[in-house]
Amino acid sequence: MTTESDKLESLVNRRYEHGFVTDIAADTMPPGLDEDVVRAISARKNEPEFMLEWRLRAYRQWRQMQEPTWAHVHYPPIDFEAISYFSAPMSDDDRPKSLDDVDPKLLETYDKLGIPLHERARLAGVAVDAVFDSVSVATTFKKKLSEAGVIFCPFSEAVENHPELVRKYLGSVVPQRDNFYASLNSAVFSDGSFVYIPKGVRCPMELSTYFRINAANTGQFERTLIIADEGSHVSYLEGCTAPMRDENQLHAAVVELVALGDAEIKYSTVQNWYPGDENGKGGIYNFVTKRGDCRGANSKISWTQVETGSAITWKYPSCILRGDNSVGEFYSVAVANNYQQADTGTKMIHIGRNTSSTIVSKGISAGHAQNAYRGLVRVMPQADGARNHTQCDSLLIGKECGAHTFPYMEIKNPGAKVEHEATTSKISANQLFYCRQRGISEEDAVNMIVNGFCKEVFKELPMEFAVEAQALLNVSLEGAVG
Amino acid sequence: MLEINDLKASIGGTEILRGLSLNVSAGEVHAIMGPNGSGKSTLAQVIAGHADYEVSSGTVTYMGENLLDLEPEERAREGIFLGFQYPVEIPGVNNAYLLKAAVNARRKHEGLAEIDAFEFLKLAKEKMALLDMDPKLLNRGVNEGFSGGEKKRNEILQMAMLEPKLAILDETDSGLDIDALRAVAKGVNALRSADRAIVLVTHYQRLLDYVEPDHVHVLSQGRIARSGDKSLALQLEEKGYDWVREAANG
Repeated sequence: MTTESDKLESLVNRRYEHGFVTDIAADTMPPGLDEDVVRAISARKNEPEFMLEWRLRAYRQWRQMQEPTWAHVHYPPIDFEAISYFSAPMSDDDRPKSLDDVDPKLLETYDKLGIPLHERARLAGVAVDAVFDSVSVATTFKKKLSEAGVIFCPFSEAVENHPELVRKYLGSVVPQRDNFYASLNSAVFSDGSFVYIPKGVRCPMELSTYFRINAANTGQFERTLIIADEGSHVSYLEGCTAPMRDENQLHAAVVELVALGDAEIKYSTVQNWYPGDENGKGGIYNFVTKRGDCRGANSKISWTQVETGSAITWKYPSCILRGDNSVGEFYSVAVANNYQQADTGTKMIHIGRNTSSTIVSKGISAGHAQNAYRGLVRVMPQADGARNHTQCDSLLIGKECGAHTFPYMEIKNPGAKVEHEATTSKISANQLFYCRQRGISEEDAVNMIVNGFCKEVFKELPMEFAVEAQALLNVSLEGAVG
Repeated sequence: MLEINDLKASIGGTEILRGLSLNVSAGEVHAIMGPNGSGKSTLAQVIAGHADYEVSSGTVTYMGENLLDLEPEERAREGIFLGFQYPVEIPGVNNAYLLKAAVNARRKHEGLAEIDAFEFLKLAKEKMALLDMDPKLLNRGVNEGFSGGEKKRNEILQMAMLEPKLAILDETDSGLDIDALRAVAKGVNALRSADRAIVLVTHYQRLLDYVEPDHVHVLSQGRIARSGDKSLALQLEEKGYDWVREAANG
């Protein structure tokens, strides 16, 4: 007979559902990275000269940089010469014009993932720019968006059709030499999403992209750029799943957000990359740079993330509060189970006057996982009236896992109001027994406790995403006890 | 309803129950008394199915079925309720949410539809009024920051909502002031009925002034040393537990 605490040890172990590889002839470059590879990527995408130059500058800087080692994560050294830096499911020239033209196998993949693209898009009124591997293959609801003047397209299309916008804003939030992975991304990014919301426009629907890694040994380098012009508003959803595989995969995306005066950007993520198996084998390395710039007065950028996947997560969606009265928010749920490692948090940089930021971070650790919150609140000398509130909570399931908190505060304005609260709690065998004695199954009890713990963050997600996130969390923690 | 025969159970290798037998029928209220360490709480936990307790021999039959075969949640859905001596705090989980989930788990087991949200709320508020409970407690985390009396009232509220067939209240009276004790007793008495059995595990006789038992048992060293009617409890109060221990040994 197992004891309650033994059971608790093992409640997080359902297999990753989305583990399969779609067999589509991938057009993949041989492994390794040099200037020729960068040129080849740029040429293949028919990029203008300025893009190539931009990539090459990034590449040369990257060559001088060292991989960061300060995060609370451990993994064998990555051989960057063993990675293939480009993979497209089909040739760029004959990309499908509608869903009818899309490879049926791909659509089947979406179905397996529980994402019946067209159905879902139609029912939810969501525009979907589905990224399969590195090249976008389906874009819907374009018409409605273009009527509103909204540009929502694959990044490569933006380079072609709106070079002036790309040139003006690309790298303006995350510069090429920002950090090792951002530089790498800048050199080799293959595609991603581009969004421009014109002045005074409220985007008529939520914009959504599903990401998926598919070709083995191919690092995925997404680039997303969202610009909300003065007085505009947009909500962007990013969600992803990935197929099961043995080898580690590097994923180094960059997301840049620009909010001009009175504009608002809400960016929500549900991240479910393959986390590796129960023994910590395989899984995605998710080294992402996400940053938003509240460039104009009264602008607002809000990050909400539910991170359940990846073997290693290294991610700090941040806000630069440049405009007076600008607002930055970060709501995060990070789940680490089995041998997953997460080092995630945010940076709030207060520059403008009367800027305010809110950080709510919920970390859940189970199995042998390590979960770290790392956050920086910096108040510059000129940022009169700056306010920050940070709430940082950790929940432990079982006794082999760890939770760590690394809050940094650099306050250079004596008038700033900065608050930090932190708690650590544990799902105890007694709590579970109590629930079971009331007729509630152990799994439901864990879900209930975990969802209760996360509800402050879930309520920030758009409705349909919140439901999905809750379900995902339940799946991620299934088997953690029992 | 409940037949326990020669039950032996241990925790961490230490035998606590050493051949306990007890019969409880529908409509009855039993009080189980005894000194600390005599096995009262162990008996309650074993009936509820706590996995830390190991049953080495004996049988427990509930409604004609082998109770020991059932998981704790199955026992609960079959109508067994344990009022905890130390109700657990579950921060972040709304008290009403847990209560509703519990009610619905039971209803689902019985093939009934989920309870309507308005009906649920109305019922919960009725029961809370009876227990003299602040309705605000419904919207707090489960037992989170509750006073001792509030926690025990909350247990009785759950019992009232779940309408168990067999309710075991483990030292529900301990640590209560007189007002709370009265409120709890009122809740328990309201549930007395011909098709329900109640087992009160208690150290003191004072709860029995308010909830009159049909049978009183005294536990000593993992066995029932003495059974009687309510006068046994009064005798105990007067003579102390040494009297039973001596009687059992002599």
